[in-house]
Amino acid sequence: MKPWKPDIDRKMVFKSVREYPPMAVSLYTMMFNKTGTWRTVRPVINYEKCVYCLMCWKFCPEPAIYLEPIEVKGKERMKPIIDYDYCKGCMICAEECPVKAIEGVEEER
Amino acid sequence: MRLPLPEREVMTPGHLACQGCGAALTMRLALKALGPRTVLSIPACCWSVIDGPFPHSTVNVPLFHTAFETAASTASGIRAAFEILGKEDVNVVAWAGDGGTYDIGIQALSGAAERNDNIIYICYDNEAYMNTGIQRSAATPLGAWTTTTPVKHPKSEPKKDMVSILAAHRIPYIATATIAYPEDLVRKLERAKETKGTKFILILSPCPPGWKTRPEDTVKLSRLAVQSRVFPLLEIENGEKWILNMNIKKPVPVVEYLKLQGRFRHLKEEDIQRIQEYVDKEWERILKRCGLA
Ligand SMILES: Cc1ncc(C[n+]2csc(CCOP(=O)(O)OP(=O)(O)O)c2C)c(N)n1
Ligand code: SF4
Ligand code: SF4
Ligand SMILES: [Mg+2]
Repeated sequence: MKPWKPDIDRKMVFKSVREYPPMAVSLYTMMFNKTGTWRTVRPVINYEKCVYCLMCWKFCPEPAIYLEPIEVKGKERMKPIIDYDYCKGCMICAEECPVKAIEGVEEER
Repeated sequence: MRLPLPEREVMTPGHLACQGCGAALTMRLALKALGPRTVLSIPACCWSVIDGPFPHSTVNVPLFHTAFETAASTASGIRAAFEILGKEDVNVVAWAGDGGTYDIGIQALSGAAERNDNIIYICYDNEAYMNTGIQRSAATPLGAWTTTTPVKHPKSEPKKDMVSILAAHRIPYIATATIAYPEDLVRKLERAKETKGTKFILILSPCPPGWKTRPEDTVKLSRLAVQSRVFPLLEIENGEKWILNMNIKKPVPVVEYLKLQGRFRHLKEEDIQRIQEYVDKEWERILKRCGLA
């Protein structure tokens, strides 16, 4: 399951300063900002090769990788899943993956 | 299943950091350790932009944007307010860049440390003023290019020894950490959470546009900084007991770390030799202080 709530991904727009909420604390997250559009290279995980070490998850600066519990050969494991709505394509995950299970695929736009 | 790090994500994606930003990963890991009951005081720096425009915020905890020189004094004030309200279970964190710590914010930080205010001061160190376009700071290393230390006159002074300055304040806890060792980073912040008084954590956070590096090399650079002895992983208790967390017995030559970074591309062989000698000398000094020499 994604650790962040998808229902908070709206953008608040105010027409004038008077419409601003009278408070100093932000109410909404940055999830309206789908940074996936920044990507020029798309990291794709080959789950045949993946050894579930979670290096890619540990080092994602966004975070655009979340975990889902699965069973691999009778053992409990966490499967890393890349959220392409937000992945900026920095490719740290591919660089850090010890078994080179993540490949970079050029984005076409 | 036991995970290597806390599973919770306090920070959300969608923030405005560059691709492969070390400072963004630093915040993500720090908030994993600190948890949602945290308040941040952030002066002008990249992180005041990364967080996003009001009323949006990526960190999901109260964040107080404050003036460049006041990260520590704002955090001291927030702590005082919590004390009056009788709330103790909140982490009050000053979160500043190296410019806001080594240069303009040192006075407020020294004041808080001298009073031993109950705050955690985290400096994410990207070794220059990145938010305003890569100007040198006192944390910029010897020989580095920045827009104010151009290749004809690269930085001729070594990095300021901030850790020793803080150690001289005899605060209860000081640590250095970096993103390539996230378990170590999380452990140190958990320790800072449990310690009363002023805590200072210095976290090396590579910056691709400022260091002229590839975004995918961010974690590798952070690891090489430790493995080449450029950035020792330390803990200091009460300014007196120095602990070296990782004694690098077989260091990687410093050139391996430097050659991945465009900001060092102008260096000649003798310049690199000079940097290597400086790193060796500093390491000897650290070993002595840790009682290992
Ligand atoms: C008193 C004052 N002087 C100058 C500035 C302009 N300014 C904003 S951020 C910044 C640099 C911050 O550098 P650092 O603390 O290293 O953080 P980084 O941007 O590298 O993350 C400067 C000079 C300011 N906001 N206030
Ligand atoms: S780093 Fe590679 S092997 Fe490890 S979990 Fe990620 S994709 Fe799988
Ligand atoms: S300039 Fe550097 S520190 Fe600032 S957001 Fe970009 S990568 Fe991060
Ligand atoms: Mg900086």
